[in-house]
Parts: sequence; C-alpha cells; structure tokens
Amino acid sequence: MAQIDQEQKTERRAPARPIRTETMEVSMGPQHPSTHGVLRVVLQVDGEWIVSADPDLGYLHRSFEKLGEMRTYPQGIFLTDRWDYVSAMNNNWVYCLAVEKLLGLQVPEKAEWIRVLISEMQRIASHLVFMGTYGLDVGALTPFFYCFRERERILDLFEELCGARLTYNFYRIGGVSRDIPSGWLDKVEELCDYLVPRLDELDDLLTNNKVFLARTVGIGVIPPAMAIGFGLSGPMIRGSGIPYDLRRVQPYSVYDQIDFDVVTHDGCDCWSRTWVRSQEMRQSIRIIRQCVSQVRQMPQPDFEDPYGPSPHVMAKVPPKPKPKPNDVYVAIESPRGELGVYMVSDGSEKPYRMKIRGPAFVNLSILPAIAPGHKVADLVAIIGNIDIVMGEVDR
Amino acid sequence: MTDQELEQRIREKWGDRIVSYRQSLNGLEIVVRPEDMHEIARWLQSEDDLSFNYLRCLSAVDWLKDGQMEVVYHLFSLTHRHSLVVKVRAPRQEPRIQTVSDIWASANWHEREAFDLMGIEFVGHPDLRRLFLPEGFEGHPQRKDYIHDIERFDDEFADKIRRGEIR
Repeated sequence: MAQIDQEQKTERRAPARPIRTETMEVSMGPQHPSTHGVLRVVLQVDGEWIVSADPDLGYLHRSFEKLGEMRTYPQGIFLTDRWDYVSAMNNNWVYCLAVEKLLGLQVPEKAEWIRVLISEMQRIASHLVFMGTYGLDVGALTPFFYCFRERERILDLFEELCGARLTYNFYRIGGVSRDIPSGWLDKVEELCDYLVPRLDELDDLLTNNKVFLARTVGIGVIPPAMAIGFGLSGPMIRGSGIPYDLRRVQPYSVYDQIDFDVVTHDGCDCWSRTWVRSQEMRQSIRIIRQCVSQVRQMPQPDFEDPYGPSPHVMAKVPPKPKPKPNDVYVAIESPRGELGVYMVSDGSEKPYRMKIRGPAFVNLSILPAIAPGHKVADLVAIIGNIDIVMGEVDR
Repeated sequence: MTDQELEQRIREKWGDRIVSYRQSLNGLEIVVRPEDMHEIARWLQSEDDLSFNYLRCLSAVDWLKDGQMEVVYHLFSLTHRHSLVVKVRAPRQEPRIQTVSDIWASANWHEREAFDLMGIEFVGHPDLRRLFLPEGFEGHPQRKDYIHDIERFDDEFADKIRRGEIR
C-alpha cells in the first residue's frame, strides 16, 4: 500500500516542461455526467493539465432561505427535504432542532432515539449513493448497481415508515410525525445483518480495487491546515486526519449516550476520504443496533389506531409556534458534513431570517485551490469525491 | 476556555472597542464595529489560547426597521473546542464591512453569497462577484424590501440576453 502511495504521488504531478502552450478555456458542465447535477466549472487548461478551475454556481438556486421567511415554522419543514435530497431526513432534523432551540422545547426521549436511528440509516443510504456514483465517475460501473440495490432496501423501510422515498417530511417540531410501525425494527435488524457482508464486498469491489487506488491515491491532496482554513467538514476533514465530528465535538440529541468511533485517515487524498466513508457506514450500523435495542425498551404505540395521537414521539407544540425574539445557530453532522441553520426569530409566527450552512457548499469552495496541477480526468475524481449535491450547494 | 474567561480575555485586550457582550444560545456573543472587524478577527484567530481557526458560518441579516445590515460570524476553535459569536452592524444604505476571507478561507464564498443576495460590500475581498445569480442581475433579492416583479424581470432579462450582455 505504502509503495503504491509513493509511486502514484511522484507520477501524478505535472511535469516541469520547457515548452508551454497557450491555455484554453473549457467549460465543464452544467451538462456533464460527473458534475452530479448542474455544476459548471470554468477551466483554464494547458493541454491536459489544469491551470485554474472556477466553479460557476446557481443553476439550481431556488432561494430556500427567502421561501422559508415567507412560511410559518411548521410549513417550512417540507422545504428542507429539497436542500440536500440525498439525505433529506438530516435536513428535516436540523430545521426542527433550530426551532426547538428557539422555543426551548424538550423532545420525548423515544423521538430522540428514533431520530438518531433514522438519520444513521440515511447516512448509510447517502454514502451508498456516494460510493456508487463515485465509482461511476472514475470508471467502475458495477459497484453502482450493488450500491443502489442496497440503498433500495433502506428506502423501502423509509417508505413503510412515512410513505415517501426521497422527500420524507418525517421530523416535526417537537418529535417525529408518527411512531414506528409494528415489526419495523425487526426489519432494520435484518437490514444490518444483510449490510455487513455487503459492505465488505463493496470494499473488495471498489475501495481496495487496484484500478480505483490508481485513480484516487495522491489525488486532490488537502493538508490538514488547509482543510481547517477552508472550513471543511464531514469525511472531507476527517480524511485529512482531523477528528472533527459534531456527534462527538458537540453532541446533540442522544449521541453522548451512544458508543461509536470517529473514523479518520491521514492520507489527505481522495482515497482516504472514500475509505472514511466506507468505514463510517460500519459505525452507522453499530449506532443503529444500539438505537434499535433502546427503542424496543420504550413504550409502544397503540397499533389499533396508527393515526391517533402519539405522545411518546411528539411533544406538545402549539400549531403556530411563536418563539421569542432571539437567534440561534444549530448544526448537525449530515453525511456530507456540518449542516447548519442560523435562524433569527422576531417573535412572529414566521422566521425572520434563515441561513443554511450547507456542507457541500463549503466543501466545494476548496476546489479552485486543489484542482490546479491535476489532469482533467483527475478533476472528475476530485469533484466526485467532494460528494456534492447541487440542491444544497445552490439552495 | 469558558465564556466568562473568554469575555475577560477580550475585555482586557479590546476594552471600549467592543460595543456589547451578550450570552446567546450559542455562548458568548460580541458586537464589534465594522472598521475593527478585521483586526479583531485576526487577533481571535492567531492568539494561541484562543485560536479560533474554524469559521462555522457567516450569515447576513437585513434589519430593515433599524436601517442596518448585520453580519454574524460563528467561530469555533478546533484546538480548544470553544466557540464565539461575533456580530457586525453596518448602515443599510451603504453596508461596507472588512473582509475576513484572508483569515478564514471559507469566508470567501460566504461573503460572495452575502454580497450577491444581500448587497453587502466586503472591503478587500479578492474576488467579489455574484455567486448564485447571473451577471447583470439587478438588486439583491434577500433584502427585506426587495420587490420581485416577474414580468419586468423577464422582459429586461430577455433583452439583455438578446443583446449579449449576459453570457
């Protein structure tokens, strides 16, 4: 492994050439298969080597911050699903958490455990999308199908839980919208047993694949100091060896009662960030198992009337909450990193201001700094590795 | 460092130049004047016992009634794990605030976003262009008094594209 490392690093660097050709401007995207949506990168290339890369955003700008200011607090939840549509549950969570902080609301314990459980399942689903599409970006077609097959099982469980597969609208201010259906937890445990060997298979197929190593080791190196300066978060900063995980650094919800490891790797390159994500899925399975055993011990809902009141998972909240004038910044660890919301209340039933701190937005801002000196094909590997979801970058 | 120690430390160094202190939901919050921001930010980042090396979020708020624009910085120290909220207020007609993008690189895009949507000018920013909206867009839509006139917008915009003023 170390040997491959060294070989790749020396080979990849742009050679010092005596003859320089004139640079050319190339527009990569917005219609490009590896830009994950509608990202356009304006490239200055010298032959195959990148001289500068300037991302051009805004193709998916839907102005959620302004739209949020026009709706009451509960009405704003459905908008959150559409920020980062690959991990919609986490967006629901951070929005509800911000309103709860403003209201000073205590969420029932069962709801907290359900939230953690769901959010970790969502993390696995999101990382599976990453692994699959990143494989596609660097030329591995097969893992994509396997990843989406596995993700499908998680989405099926979400569908059974809340009726939706992509935009859930499941978390509510004060809890979650409904209790867990009977027999659902058994299926989650089955899923965990099913996933463990599948993740090993995925590592064999992709993460430790020789061709994949050749494409990712030594590419897009981010030194730790640079990662901090650019405010990276999630697997992007943990792939540079910094154990910044909000679940540990600032435990929210019940994460302080959960046993798990913060995965880091000090390779600082695309491969280490991929490895961090593949290991995080295993940690998520650990967390899910703990959550399932906790939720089992909690009071069960009345299955005779599934749509009746569910005090175990929902606190008492007025239909139109009016928090006192105040402001709060709340952040959670989404699959992509620190997803934050800065919410200002002016005492009315609508938020005065809502700023979304998207992890992919901040992570993408490092692209102009690390892209120069790579080949265009490696830029595809770097962009894919940032794990951007344009819905949340552009908002 | 606890919030009290932090307040003590800042008070000793800056004295009257800090407008106010407050205990917010995110810990200690200080308000500084726009012309002092860069100096104080540099100090907060470089002092060893403070080392606020991580800018978590930079948000702009339009306080229409007060006639002021506010920029809120949520700082965090990865070394000492303490946090601080810094607020800067500038007059709404001509909001000019010193950039901090040379101190925290992550501020670069946040400031471009605030310039684009709120119209705050960050003095000294290396590349203050619109981030989301196209070049040639008029106004700053996240301001509270922005009126979105869809028909006017569409006509003018189509004309500009036809004339080749917008790529």
